[in-house]
Amino acid sequence: MSQTREHGAAFFVAPQSPEQIFTPEDFTDEHRMIAKTTFDFVNGDILPVADQLEHQDWDLTVKLLHKAGDLGLLAVDVPEAYEGLGLDKVTSSLITEYMTRGGSFALSYGAHVGIGSLPIVYFGNEDQKRRYLPDLATGRKFAAYALTEPGSGSDALGARTTAKLSEDGKYYILNGTKQFITNSAFADLFIVYAKIDGEQFSAFIVERNFKGVSTGPEEKKMGIKASSTRPLILEDVHVPVENLLGEAGKGHVIAFNILNIGRYKLAVGCVGGIKAALETAVKYAKTREQFKRPIASFPLIQGKIADMAMRGYIAESIAYRTTGAIDHALSEVDLSGEDAGRKAAKAIEEFAIECSINKVFASEALDFTVDEGLQIHGGAGFIQEYAIERMYRDSRINRIFEGTNEINRLLIPGTLMKKALKGEVALLQAAQGLQEELLGILEPADESELLGIERHAVEMTRKIFLFVGGLAVQTYGQKLEREQEILANLADLAMALYAMETALLRALKTQANEGSNAQLQGDYVRLFVAETFPEVERIAKDTLAAMQDGDTLRTSLAVLRKLTRIAPANTVELKRRIAARIIEAEGYLA
Amino acid sequence: MNIIVCIKQTFDTEAKISLENGAVKEDGVQFILNPYDEYAVEEALKIKEEQGGEVTVVTVGPARVEEAIRTALAMGADEAIHIEDEAAYGDEYTIAEVLAAAIRQKSYDLILAGNQAVDDGSGQVAVRLAQLLDIAHISTITKLEIHGTQVVAERDAEGDTEIAEASLPVLVTAQQGLNEPRYPSLIGIRKASKKPLTKLTLADLGLSADAVGRKVTPVEVFLPAAKGAGRILEGDTAMRVQELVRELRQTSKVL
Repeated sequence: MSQTREHGAAFFVAPQSPEQIFTPEDFTDEHRMIAKTTFDFVNGDILPVADQLEHQDWDLTVKLLHKAGDLGLLAVDVPEAYEGLGLDKVTSSLITEYMTRGGSFALSYGAHVGIGSLPIVYFGNEDQKRRYLPDLATGRKFAAYALTEPGSGSDALGARTTAKLSEDGKYYILNGTKQFITNSAFADLFIVYAKIDGEQFSAFIVERNFKGVSTGPEEKKMGIKASSTRPLILEDVHVPVENLLGEAGKGHVIAFNILNIGRYKLAVGCVGGIKAALETAVKYAKTREQFKRPIASFPLIQGKIADMAMRGYIAESIAYRTTGAIDHALSEVDLSGEDAGRKAAKAIEEFAIECSINKVFASEALDFTVDEGLQIHGGAGFIQEYAIERMYRDSRINRIFEGTNEINRLLIPGTLMKKALKGEVALLQAAQGLQEELLGILEPADESELLGIERHAVEMTRKIFLFVGGLAVQTYGQKLEREQEILANLADLAMALYAMETALLRALKTQANEGSNAQLQGDYVRLFVAETFPEVERIAKDTLAAMQDGDTLRTSLAVLRKLTRIAPANTVELKRRIAARIIEAEGYLA
Repeated sequence: MNIIVCIKQTFDTEAKISLENGAVKEDGVQFILNPYDEYAVEEALKIKEEQGGEVTVVTVGPARVEEAIRTALAMGADEAIHIEDEAAYGDEYTIAEVLAAAIRQKSYDLILAGNQAVDDGSGQVAVRLAQLLDIAHISTITKLEIHGTQVVAERDAEGDTEIAEASLPVLVTAQQGLNEPRYPSLIGIRKASKKPLTKLTLADLGLSADAVGRKVTPVEVFLPAAKGAGRILEGDTAMRVQELVRELRQTSKVL
């Protein structure tokens, strides 16, 4: 990519061009080969023992993690100086996507390479990196991340675990209990958050063999059973002061940056889950016969298949657009020197809004997909013998961890406001420009142009967001942060905008490059816009009605009507056409 | 030891086969390194790891086959020769002649290939190649041992095991069970792009299109007939036998 890179949150104020965004069609041969190795590893080593893994054979989990280490799959995000490979984020995203197809072993893998290792990659000092990263990159040691506590989930900074400097100044003495810690059965080290003197929220590297470290019993979970989840108990644990990660009192910087990464990685994981559920459901629908016909031949089943595949396309498009944009931003960072990691984390933070959008959209798309996938299975879907039953249970946690979808929805407009105030995105100028534009005549959609209606819908959604969001700021000012319903509505508008725009740009790019699935991608965009744009109108109307009344509301609704005039698409035909392709391919296609 | 592995890029074994204008449609199909050739590559790498040497992979085909070459290089092969020339994509005769010309330019002790390709399944190219190079071959092997120049191989003989001996140079073809091919590691994948890949045409090999032109031309390509529903014969044994014979004579006409 040679053109100017896409900046975080820039899509709120201006259209981006198709060439500017990264799409799965841009994967290199190396990307594809690494994905293939992951695919082969999952098919050859994970799936044959999936049942054993579901029954929590941690020795087996560790053995498979070692094998992943031998293949280099643990080294992707670790710099070469520490026995890592230092590859780009698209590579680690692709591995995450393919790993998810092997069930919740992917979480053991992901917690180690992601939230377990990255705090040291980005915030460790030279000594810490030298001591820990080579072991983590090669699989000699495994890592876990301990932030949540029984009393602090979404309110992460409300942690009660304490750290007290010992009298000789050599140790921090940690006391407290962490909860829901992935990999806790076998992790060799934990990134633990605690408050120094009950005040300064800080991160520490805690080794399992430090005296006073123990884990509680395995949680009996609804799903993701192949991953270990236990409480971590810290009783007078003497952590050497050299193991304080980052600065004292700056633990939140680490926690929030690691969450940004966790969020877009969660989205690519969900993309893998969507594709797996779709494939499972389609294969079932082709073999299951009722009324002497495979149920895949019935339009209502086809409609479900089309809706599932379309969500896969949208989630995939936004996940890789964001990943690619992050890679592009990272390529401009000088990654030498002691503070390279911090600079990298800062570059990723620019896309905090996109990361939250990805997390919410993809986890909800996965939930939709496993739900419809199970429905296609009928009664069989309720029986444990069928893979879709596990997928259904495994999906649910994604709307909860890495920040609940509610917290992430609040973050989207909240972060945007902060960015606007800092001048990082020209939101106010755009809102002012819009005022004048809305008084004049709006150009209608150019229906002769390829995906002209959809392009129009995207532009109108951009204006609707500015219009409604601008009114919200005017109405509530600083108190807007208390209006959670309005904020969540704005988040939904922002998600609709980013998702529709990304899908459109990808389809246009595929068309321009004469890609073989241009028609199918166009249909995905048509269907998604047809289902989403009326929702945009409804949310905008709701939000306006909550803020205004009488004549002012009537005036606003008149403006909204101008912005939402659009010809409806024939979704019956679109779904049948999409489903035909998916059924023929027996799985996801784009 | 200089080892040459002949490889072919084939359809993914999971790929859906469909026809268009009397030919198998390649659009949107995933291509892979022929699984039998994967065994051959793995065996070559194991021998190299034990005894030292160089592993060169050779293939014939259009630009897309480079992906299969990269896979073999990522697994650990040292270099590759890719004959990319429309006139070289003929039948088994053509491919064997072209491979022989390329391999004659190299020094070799051992040549490995898959027992067959999963697409056309002819199983001819490697043994033809041994004939052209005038060396011995052992086909469908499930075990290979090399001591000095002595070669002992176990081969799959219709379910039995046959033990064959030969001396280098020799050509062997790999059967399933020979080994468990490794996945290309990430480091292997990264190194693969920097390994030497020589592209050759017929002219580079001193061959003319006429000399290697195909001897066999497909007359028709068609998919197997869809499998119909089975039928359970009823009545006592005598009646069922009678009905079965009648079916075999009249419906399927095999008797």
